[in-house]
Amino acid sequence: MLSRRIIPCLDVRDGKVVKGVRFRDHVVMGEIVDLALRYRDEGADELVFYDITASPEGRSVDRGWVERVARVIDIPFCVAGGIRSVTDAREVLYAGADKVSINSPALERPELIDELAEAFGVQCVVVGVDSMRDVDGEWRVRQYTGDPSKTRSLARRTIDWMVEAQRRGAGEIVLNCMDTDGVRQGYDLVQLAAARAVCTVPLIASGGAGVAEHFRDAFTRARVDGALAASVFHSGAIAIPDLKRYLRQEGIVIRLQEAVGHE
Amino acid sequence: MSVVLVDAGGTNIGSVRYALQRLGVDAALTADAERIRGADKVILPGVGAAAPGMARLRELELVDVIRSLTQPVLGVCLGMQLLCEHSEESDTPCLGVIPAPVRRFEETPELCVPHMGWNQLSPVSQHPLLKNLEEGDWAYFVHSYGVPLGDYTLVSSDYGGAFSAVIASGNFHGMQFHPERSARVGAKLLKNFLEL
Repeated sequence: MLSRRIIPCLDVRDGKVVKGVRFRDHVVMGEIVDLALRYRDEGADELVFYDITASPEGRSVDRGWVERVARVIDIPFCVAGGIRSVTDAREVLYAGADKVSINSPALERPELIDELAEAFGVQCVVVGVDSMRDVDGEWRVRQYTGDPSKTRSLARRTIDWMVEAQRRGAGEIVLNCMDTDGVRQGYDLVQLAAARAVCTVPLIASGGAGVAEHFRDAFTRARVDGALAASVFHSGAIAIPDLKRYLRQEGIVIRLQEAVGHE
Repeated sequence: MSVVLVDAGGTNIGSVRYALQRLGVDAALTADAERIRGADKVILPGVGAAAPGMARLRELELVDVIRSLTQPVLGVCLGMQLLCEHSEESDTPCLGVIPAPVRRFEETPELCVPHMGWNQLSPVSQHPLLKNLEEGDWAYFVHSYGVPLGDYTLVSSDYGGAFSAVIASGNFHGMQFHPERSARVGAKLLKNFLEL
């Protein structure tokens, strides 16, 4: 049976791991390789590095850290942020990342999804979707959420965008529910369940994890393939080994590292 | 011991190389026929699609080179599929050194394709490649096409039905999952391959 995945997300700025609440007020959490190893040892199934380093004018961001991570890490990892072209993606994938995740650039130019899928295969292409509920009750996508002063609301409905992204070649979708992000009151199960209904590729929940029950609910009620979280892991509020044992007790298929303790 | 990684253009080549380095082996990345023929172990990594993968091997004039190898060869993910007879992916004839077909996973409301994530391994036969592998060990898979069970199956896994996770025929071996991304289980299997 395929395991549900627990995915810590590490926001990276200028080569350090940072975390903000509701995308604001970033504080340094630690060194990338140290944190990556810590999560690997604790039993993370996968890591996402969200690179929020601002691109200097006309130059690409220094991603030397991707190779440093790839050398030491033996679980899959995905790099998000600032990937705007096949060239950008190739650099990150050849440095050792398993997947790239694209968000705002895909909204600017949806053909980017097709181009990446054609160049590297759909399994390398993750589309990140930032979504918020509008006053009319519809979920719509947000763009440029990395910088609150530039964040834009789009007319595009979240569900429509997810359908289009899959048609173009997304191999996985991370749905970040911004209404619940950073406040630890639980994942947006209603929205995730609606997303699940149109998602034939793996779906990853993001935004709102506070306690272990929130992960359970995302897996059992919204049937997501993976659950992504940041602050609850970075702060130590939830320890991954405890979380995974709890989820397994709840009857969810979960990979436990203890199964390989015979070297 | 000399180990070479065949440079067939897959994006996971770096990751496989680092995984071997963690085991103390510095594998050369090469597309040179003589170096491949002369190596003690040959690894064909690969991520991407079958047709461009085969096209690249033809372009490098490595099709017959790989077919004629007699030392242990390991194909990883797409690399494993390229060792098979034929892939349904773009109806592609492959290297044909393992008598197995490659078929697409059928997606259903319960079954996402690609099959992406950690799944459990079930050894179904005895083989030195499987030393210390236990029922239920976890490995990381990412693929949309797979090999059904057959005489060549050493390890199976289950995704809407059993399929081949590790296959072998003679000196040719294949792993459908990514040992370079399968934590300790992957390291154990790579080590076993190096010790064949």
